[in-house]
Amino acid sequence: MRIFGLNRRIVRALLGSQYAHMLEYRAEIALWALSGVLPFIMLSLWSGSDARSQLGLDGVALDRYFLSAFLVRQFSVVWMVYAFEEDALLGRLSPYLLQPLHPLWRYVASHLGEQLTRLPFAAGIAGVFFLIQPQAFWIPSLGGFLLAWIATWMAFAIAFLLQSLIASLCFWSEKATALERLLFLPFLFLSGLLAPLTAFPPAVQAWVRWTPFPYLIDFPARVLSGDPVDLAAGFAAQLAWVGLLLPLVLVLWRAGVRRYSAMGA
Amino acid sequence: MGRYWRTLRRFWGTALATQLEYQLNVLVELLAVVLSLGGSLLLLSLFFGPGRELGGWSWNQALIVQGFYTVFDGMTTAWLRPNLGAIVTYVREGTLDFVLLKPIDSQFWVSLRTFAPAGLSEVVLGLGLAAWGAHQSGVVLTPAVLVTVLLMLMVAAVILYSLWFLIAATSIWFVKTWNATEVLRALLASGRYPLEAYPAPLRLLFTLVLPVAFLTTVPAEVLLGRASFPLLALGIVLSAGFFAAARSFWLFALRHYTSASS
Repeated sequence: MRIFGLNRRIVRALLGSQYAHMLEYRAEIALWALSGVLPFIMLSLWSGSDARSQLGLDGVALDRYFLSAFLVRQFSVVWMVYAFEEDALLGRLSPYLLQPLHPLWRYVASHLGEQLTRLPFAAGIAGVFFLIQPQAFWIPSLGGFLLAWIATWMAFAIAFLLQSLIASLCFWSEKATALERLLFLPFLFLSGLLAPLTAFPPAVQAWVRWTPFPYLIDFPARVLSGDPVDLAAGFAAQLAWVGLLLPLVLVLWRAGVRRYSAMGA
Repeated sequence: MGRYWRTLRRFWGTALATQLEYQLNVLVELLAVVLSLGGSLLLLSLFFGPGRELGGWSWNQALIVQGFYTVFDGMTTAWLRPNLGAIVTYVREGTLDFVLLKPIDSQFWVSLRTFAPAGLSEVVLGLGLAAWGAHQSGVVLTPAVLVTVLLMLMVAAVILYSLWFLIAATSIWFVKTWNATEVLRALLASGRYPLEAYPAPLRLLFTLVLPVAFLTTVPAEVLLGRASFPLLALGIVLSAGFFAAARSFWLFALRHYTSASS
C-alpha cells in the first residue's frame, strides 16, 4: 500500500541511499554545522547588554534559549532551492519526473539524511557550549523533548514548503535563488535566531506573529528550552502554515511541470 | 604596473557589462541590500535598552561601527565572494592551469578577475551610514583624522582579504573546504557591534586571533578621536603579517598544485 506515493520499501531505499550519500560529504556538513554559531555570538552580546532585562529570560534561561535556537536551526536548515535549481539547470530533473514518485520526496529524503549526518557535529558543539557554561546544563523532560522534536520538524516542514514554493517558480524564472535571498532576510531578523521575539517592541511582535518566521526558530526553541509558552497556539499556527502552503506548493508544482520542457527544448 | 591597471579596467568593464544583462537580478540585489540594512538597524536598536548604550557606545557611535561593517560586507559581496569563491571551481575543472599560464601574476588574476556591482551599493550605503553616525556624534573631521581613518580602513580591507584568501587557497588541496568561508562569514558578523559589547575572552579573540576588531571598531574609534597609537600600530603590523602569510601560502600551495586528474 502506498501513502502519498510512499511505502516502506521506498522510504528505506530513499533514506538509506541519501544518508550514505551525505556521509560522503561529512567534512562539508561539519563546516556547515560550525557556520551556525551566530546564536552564540548573539548570546554573548545579549548577556552583557542592559536591554536584557526586557527579554523575560533571566539567568540561565537566556543561555538555554540561544542553545536551543542553535539546535533548532541545525535541524531545520533547508537548502532545497539550491539543489533543485542545479538539478533543473543540468537537466537531472527530467529522469526524476519520469519516476513514479513525487520528486519533492527525493529532496525531503536528502534533507533528512543530511540532518542525521549533522547530528554528531551539532551534539559536539552543544557539548563544548556546556563545558564553557556548565551552569546552563539541563535535560528536558521526555514529554518536553518529544514536543520540541515535533515543533522542530514542523518548523522544517514550513521552511521546506516555503522553499519548494520558490523552487516551483524555477519553472518560470531561472533565478529563483535570488528570490530565496529576499525570503531569507526577514527570516534572519524576525525568526528569533538573533534576538528572542520578546526583544521586539509589542507592535512589531504582534505583527510578526502573523508571519511564519517566529514558528521556525523562536517557538520550537522555547519548547526545547522549557520556557513557558502557549503550546496550543504555537502548534496551531505551525499546522495552519503547513495547511496553507502544502496545497499551494502542489498546485504550483503541477502547473510548473506542465510548463517544463527540459533543457534545450 | 600600467599593464596591471589596464587589465583591471578590462576585467571590471566586462564584469559590469555581464551584470547589466540581468537587470531584474540587479534590482533584487538592491532590494536585498536595503532589507538587510533595515534589519540590521532594527536589531541594533533592540540592544539600546533603558541605559541607551551598548558596551559604552551611544546609538550614534554604534551606527559608525554598523556603517563600517556594511562597507566590508559590501566588499565581500563585490570582490571576495565572486573571485575567491571561484578558485574551487578552477581547481575542480582544471581551468587553474590556464590562469597559471597567463603572463600575469596568478594571485592578482584569481583575486580581482570579476566583481559584483550589487556590493558597491552596500559600500556606498555603509559609508553614508558611518558619515551620518559621525556627524550625529559631533565628530569634527580634520585632515589628520581623515587620513588615519582611510589608513585604518585600508588595513581592515587587507586583513579581510587575507583571511578570505588563506581559506580559499586551501581548496587547492581540499576541494571541500570552500564552505569554511561560511564559518568565517558567521564569525565576522560579530563585527557589526562594538568590541566592548563582548565579554573579555571574546574581545581578546576578536583582537588577536581573528582580528574583527580592526575591521570596524578601530576605524570607528579613530573617527571618534579616541584610538590609541599602539593599537593602530598593532593593526598595521597584523595586516602586513596576514598579507605576507596569504602571499607565501599561495606560492606554497602552487608548488603542490598538480593540475586536475593527476
